[in-house]
Amino acid sequence: MLLEVKNLRTEFKLKRGTVRAVDDVSFTIDKGEILAIVGESGSGKSVTSLSLMGLIQKPGGVAGGEILFKSQDLSKLSQKELQEIRGNKISMIFQEPMTSLNPVWRIKDQIMENIMTHMKMSKKEALARTVEMLDTVGIPSPAERANDYPHQMSGGMRQRVMTAMALSCEPDLLIADEPTTALDVTIQAQILELLYQMREKFNMAVLLITHDLGVVYEAADRVIVMYCGKIVEEADVKTLFEQPQHPYTVGLLQSIPQIDNESDEHLFMIKGMVPNPLHMPPGCSFSDRCDRCMERCTKEMPELQEINGHKVRCFLYDKAEEGELSAK
Amino acid sequence: MNEVLMKVQDLSKYFTIDTDWRGKPVSVLKAVDEVSLTINKGEAFGLVGESGCGKTTLGKILVNLYSPTSGKIFFEGKELSALNKKQRRSYCKDIQMIFQDPYASLNPRMTVGDIIAEPIIINKLLPMSEVEERVIFLLNCVGLARHQRNRFPHEFSGGQRQRVGIARALAVEPKLIVCDEPVSALDVSIQAQVLNLLDDLKEEFKLTYLFIAHGLGVVKHISDRVGVMYLGKLVEIAPKKELYANPLNPYTQALLSAIPVINSEKKERIILKGDVPSPINPPAGCRFSSRCFKEFEPCKLNTPKLKEVSPGHWVACHLF
Repeated sequence: MLLEVKNLRTEFKLKRGTVRAVDDVSFTIDKGEILAIVGESGSGKSVTSLSLMGLIQKPGGVAGGEILFKSQDLSKLSQKELQEIRGNKISMIFQEPMTSLNPVWRIKDQIMENIMTHMKMSKKEALARTVEMLDTVGIPSPAERANDYPHQMSGGMRQRVMTAMALSCEPDLLIADEPTTALDVTIQAQILELLYQMREKFNMAVLLITHDLGVVYEAADRVIVMYCGKIVEEADVKTLFEQPQHPYTVGLLQSIPQIDNESDEHLFMIKGMVPNPLHMPPGCSFSDRCDRCMERCTKEMPELQEINGHKVRCFLYDKAEEGELSAK
Repeated sequence: MNEVLMKVQDLSKYFTIDTDWRGKPVSVLKAVDEVSLTINKGEAFGLVGESGCGKTTLGKILVNLYSPTSGKIFFEGKELSALNKKQRRSYCKDIQMIFQDPYASLNPRMTVGDIIAEPIIINKLLPMSEVEERVIFLLNCVGLARHQRNRFPHEFSGGQRQRVGIARALAVEPKLIVCDEPVSALDVSIQAQVLNLLDDLKEEFKLTYLFIAHGLGVVKHISDRVGVMYLGKLVEIAPKKELYANPLNPYTQALLSAIPVINSEKKERIILKGDVPSPINPPAGCRFSSRCFKEFEPCKLNTPKLKEVSPGHWVACHLF
């Protein structure tokens, strides 16, 4: 086991109240595994990834829980100790390739900075490694392009540069926060292919944060579905897409227009919208949008239960029916 | 059904990037280059393509936000560029647009009721005494309530704002609505709500849509016919079932194979090499030739023209 997150809670203290963006989230990632976290905006998926990296800024902060990376608790480390791990053992690809590179530095200097900080290489060696990494991620004529500034590159190329930077120290864990959202589909296919190859090559684990269920289906081994800061379902990819259990997951899957769908009928809709995090409904946070909501759902929060490796947080699958999950 | 509502003939829009000392253009961006298409009454025509392919520019020309460099637009048989300003104005009322970003396309200082009422008042469609009633009717049509009339855009979520944008477009009773990526800024569960709303409104108001999007799943859901654009050129037009089942242009094939699909066997992907070339200096000949996996000799020399290869299925490629 590479990373184990236990009961992570991240809170933002605002004037109008406290928002619990990540609420009691626990999961594990094994070596070489691709774990995807899906959810809509405001579900807490990005905050989860930032919490792992210790990048949550005031007025927010990790309020509880443990983040065990190779049995070392990251949440207890000082910023200086974290610096040793960040970009070295755990690295991150950010959502917007347009804004996450420094516009006034050359590509090579940005990548070399990371290498020289962590790998104790001379400038010459670091440059050689930079060019090698740019080549690995598929940048044509890497030695020349290394001298470019970010604005001279297209979105797909910048995302490749970000990936090269993230992979330059051969991390054990790569956190990819919506790595393809800002890109076109043909470029998205290239980047996903690249992530796949890199995993094979370096045997690293990937935590893939996305809202695109298609990407999840193609890329991930295991999936976590988040809603309003909580994990509502967790299963391996095949099980989740073939037998989704939680009404939210079911609705989400049905509401996507698919290119292999021949019918012209109306799309399935989840009614309403994500509740305001300051005014959560009592009980299950999905209860006001759920079409299978029962009286009990509006009063208490269901627990995340595990049955045969498939975790789900819903009263429809209460422990009352021991054994298999049965959809009523 | 097959009555032609809008016909576009060899439409081009060039943007001058740089001029020499005489003011003569030396560098020109061909955003839309000799595009021809027809939109029939009552249909939804989908337009797909990657960023920078000119699909939004085309939409903006059709609603008269840009004037074309060359080419003709016929709306209900009349050529738009031949009309004088006054006549043109009454036609512009018939063609409305829904914009991509619901956060940027509504005036933050106006209440949503005023936003919807403004086009009615400017076009003098109703006596002032009836405007309010119409605004409430429109709000109800798009699924908003009467009490939300006096709220400001910032009080609404993205999906609700997009509904306001739709109500504003409907306010002048248009015949054609250009929907420019109306759902790409929304979450999946909200996206389905807005798509269904657009579907219902099309029935109710007998609308015609030009639906611009980059999500092929969304386009397939809502359109009857689909056109594919690449670097300012239309490369394929076909009825949607035909296009998705039997794409002919290699670019369309690659685009379709690049989409991650749920619940199907993991398919062979066509991974295109490289990026979309700059539209300022597009490759000679076929613009896709630099990335095409079926590229052969004539591709670098001639630009292929749109040809009808089977009824209703047009493709621009030297293979056909």
